[in-house]
Amino acid sequence: MKIIADTGKCVGAGQCVLTEPALFDQSEEDGTVIVLNDTPDGELVEKAREAVNICPSQALSLEE
Amino acid sequence: MTATEELRMPVARTCPFSQPEQYVRMREASALTRVQIPGGKEAWVASRHEEARQILGDRRFSSDRFLPNFPFLAEGGAAILTNAKQKAMIGMDAPEHGEARREVLGEFTVKRVEAMRPRIQEIVDGLIDELLAGPKPADLVEKLSLPVPSLVICELLGVPYADHDYFQQRTMALIRRSTTVEDRKKASEELREYLSGLVSAKEKDPTDDLLGRQIVKRRDQGNYDHDAMIGLAFLLLVAGHETTANMISLGTIGLLENPGQRATIEADPGKTLLAVEELLRYFTIVEGATARVATEDVEIGGVTIKAGEGVLVLGYAANWDPDVFESPEKLDLERGARHHVAFGFGPHQCLGQNLARMELQIVFDTLFRRVPTLKSVLPVDEIPVKEDATIFGLYQLPVTW
Repeated sequence: MKIIADTGKCVGAGQCVLTEPALFDQSEEDGTVIVLNDTPDGELVEKAREAVNICPSQALSLEE
Repeated sequence: MTATEELRMPVARTCPFSQPEQYVRMREASALTRVQIPGGKEAWVASRHEEARQILGDRRFSSDRFLPNFPFLAEGGAAILTNAKQKAMIGMDAPEHGEARREVLGEFTVKRVEAMRPRIQEIVDGLIDELLAGPKPADLVEKLSLPVPSLVICELLGVPYADHDYFQQRTMALIRRSTTVEDRKKASEELREYLSGLVSAKEKDPTDDLLGRQIVKRRDQGNYDHDAMIGLAFLLLVAGHETTANMISLGTIGLLENPGQRATIEADPGKTLLAVEELLRYFTIVEGATARVATEDVEIGGVTIKAGEGVLVLGYAANWDPDVFESPEKLDLERGARHHVAFGFGPHQCLGQNLARMELQIVFDTLFRRVPTLKSVLPVDEIPVKEDATIFGLYQLPVTW
C-alpha cells in the first residue's frame, strides 16, 4: 500500500494529522499535508484508510 | 417537482435532544428534496450523508453569496452582504478561495493549535475560579460558554490584556440575545474600529501573534492590505465565537443529561477528544454555512440540480443519517465516528476546527473535574433554546453545584 497526497487539493483541515501523527504532518508555511511515511504497515494501514475516508478535500488516496 | 407548503425551511429546533420530524421525513423519502425558503424562493435540500459530502466536495457548486439564487435561511441575508466591502473567505470559490485560505492555514495547523493548549487551559481555569467564587445559581452561558472563545480569540489575534474587557464587552453585546438592533450595530462598529487600531499598532510593531505574523508574511510577499487584515480579524472573531460558545453550552447539557456517558470520559480523559466528535455530530449547530448554488447541471441522488439552483446541505440531518450512524439519536461518546459533517466538508471545511476541538476538550475535562456536582437548575424542556437562530444553541444555562 502507498499513500498518495495531492497538496494542490489539500485544504489543510488537519484531519489526517489527528487520525495518525505517525503518518501525516502539515506544512508550517501553508498548512498542507506532508506524508511522513507513505508505505504504512500493520495497524497503520487502517489509520491510513480512515484518513483517506475523512479527508474533506479528497487530497489523499491509496495505491493498493 | 414543486415544493409543497409543508416543506418549508428553516425548521425550528425546539429540543436539543431530538431532530425535527420534517428532517426525518425528508431524509427517509429521498436524498434531495425541493423546499420553500424565505423570500418566496425554492431550493434543494440534501439531507443524507453521502450526497451532503458529494455536494460540499464538488467544485460545480459555488459558495458565492452574491449569486441570485443563493439560498439564505434568514430573510435579509443578502442585504447584509451587499454592505460588505470585501467578499469574505466563506463566500469565495476556487481558485480565489484556496489562495486566501492558504495565506492563513499555517496558523491553524494541529501543531500550532496544540501550542496554545497551556494558555487555553489557564483561561478555562480562571473562568471556573470566578464561577466558583460567585453566587449560585449562575448562568453558564455568561460565565463560561461565551468568555472562553472570546478570550481565546484575544489570545489568537494578540489583543493586549488591558483591552480584554473592552473587547469582550463588545463581542458579548454583538451576540447576546437581549441586545437591541441599535446597540448591536454600535458594538459592531466599535469592534471594527478597535480592530483597525489593533492592525495599525501591529503594522508598527508586528508582535508574535496571528495578526503580527500575517502582516510580516504578506509584506514580504508584497500583497499586504490593511482592510483585508481587519476583514480577517473580524471573520475569525465572528466565526469562532458563537459557534464554540453554543457547543460548550449544548455539550455541557448533553453530558449532564447523560451521566453514564459522562462517566466514560471522567474515568479516562484520553477519550474526551473522540467524545467531542460525537457531541459535534449529535448537536450539529451550523446549517447556514453549507448552502451552495449549482454552476452547471449536476446529476446527484437521482435528480438533476440545474445550473443556478440553490442547495441547502443539512449537516444536522446528514449527521443523523441512520445508514451511516447507527441509532443516531443516541449520544454515544465512544462511537468513534469522525466522518460527521458538523464542520462542513470540502474546501470550505471549518478553518478553526482544531482550535474548536481543543477548546471543547479542555472545557469539558476541566468543568466536570473541578465542579463534579454541577447540575442544571431547569429541566431540559425549560432551558431556553435558540430555535429561531441560524446557529443553534442555548440562550441560558442556569446551573448550580
